[in-house]
Amino acid sequence: MFLYFLTLVLMVMGLYCLIAKKNIVKKIIGIVIMEYSINLFLILIGYKKDGIAPILLKNVSVEELTSRGVDPLPQALVLTSIVIGLGTLALMVAICLRIYEKYKTFDMSKINKLKG
Amino acid sequence: MGIILLILIAIMIIGSIVAIETKNLLSSVISCGVVGFCLSIVFLMLGAPDIAITQVVVEILILVILIRATITTDNTAIEGARDTFPYVSSLIFFGLFLIFSWFALQELPRFGEPLMRVSREYLKTGAAKTGATNIVTSVLLDFRGYDTVGEATVLFTSIIGAFVILRRKGRKEKSEADSEKFGILEDDDIKDSFEGF
Amino acid sequence: MDNLENEIRDTNKGMTSIVKTIVRYVMGIIVIFGAYIVLYGHLTPGGGFAGGVILASAYVILTLAFGRELALGKMSNTAASVLDNLGALAFIVIGILGFTAGAFFLNFLAKGEQFRLFSAGIIPLCNIAIGIKVTASLFAIFIALSIFGRFIYQMTDVEESGGEE
Repeated sequence: MFLYFLTLVLMVMGLYCLIAKKNIVKKIIGIVIMEYSINLFLILIGYKKDGIAPILLKNVSVEELTSRGVDPLPQALVLTSIVIGLGTLALMVAICLRIYEKYKTFDMSKINKLKG
Repeated sequence: MGIILLILIAIMIIGSIVAIETKNLLSSVISCGVVGFCLSIVFLMLGAPDIAITQVVVEILILVILIRATITTDNTAIEGARDTFPYVSSLIFFGLFLIFSWFALQELPRFGEPLMRVSREYLKTGAAKTGATNIVTSVLLDFRGYDTVGEATVLFTSIIGAFVILRRKGRKEKSEADSEKFGILEDDDIKDSFEGF
Repeated sequence: MDNLENEIRDTNKGMTSIVKTIVRYVMGIIVIFGAYIVLYGHLTPGGGFAGGVILASAYVILTLAFGRELALGKMSNTAASVLDNLGALAFIVIGILGFTAGAFFLNFLAKGEQFRLFSAGIIPLCNIAIGIKVTASLFAIFIALSIFGRFIYQMTDVEESGGEE
């Protein structure tokens, strides 16, 4: 239970970085930290005590895997979400470079003043 | 097991505090890397080797891309007058969020005892039905293949979006106009004059 | 071989010759490991996504050490885009071919024997398609960021120096 709470603390810190910081790269880092915490939360929920990885080996029978294996469903979903995180990070960095090209700064407050 | 997990997650929280509060952007990016690598160790301990492999390699690529974005730009700290109201209100909101989440988390299944109504079927019959002994792959590509098509579409869309934002077509007119005015090199000449990364 | 030696000795492009020599020996091992992760994704930990990212990181190492020209000679930006599209298309075509047996993403090939490389029907084919797609798209996005980043900084330098004068 306390582990779940620590994961949510990590998520809240990413959200704080996203809202309160003025640098765009800091905001991107906040989004990345939030992604990490959500992935960790999903995997923690699927963990079974003294569990083994959900892979059938030659010395592991199907009955043992059924009784001891951890949950494979969140793992399959998190696996794709990590790679998608890389794709969206590339998109964010591209937008960030465009903003730097136009305004010559990473500061969000200055970008607001130069609008229009 | 539980204590090691607590220590690793504490290291992740300390690393993210450093990443958020440090002045230099490059140190911030590298502290973000600390969080990611600890996360991959945690995945390995929680019985998810597939995700641990993916997380290590993706973390390296994230660091390369973020350092690419910050290394040649102006990475001094951004100082300015801090407005107190947004900080105080966001801190109050986060405190309330954590307090209510503590009560909400009591309703979840306890750590180490997951509900596995669907997953037990996957574990029991997955290898026999699909022939793949890695149950994660059998869920990913056979039982839930339609989900994977959606995820591949999202990846494709984000890459296409980045290309559209990065392409040089929109700036060609500007560079031609500039080259008439200031005698700047043409687009391709500038590209050829760079060597290496 | 002489060409590669010259490439390593050339100190103008990329990093120092120590890095280039080590990358030359490590490169093959990384590519073999990535291909292993993709091909054995249905038997051992790994799969198309993880193996694709490993193969893309091999190309990223090549770009960082030897400079952009040599990496683009191995796989050009256009080829990366085409491979990206082909990978996604192949994945969906494999899914649609399941209709020949009745349903979308139905495993219509023979299951084979467990713990063998050629088993599990369409799953290894899907892994290969996803691996190609992820490799090509991540390499292409890295090359695009690298080229365009350089271009932005060159433009800003010119404009700033012009403004000061």
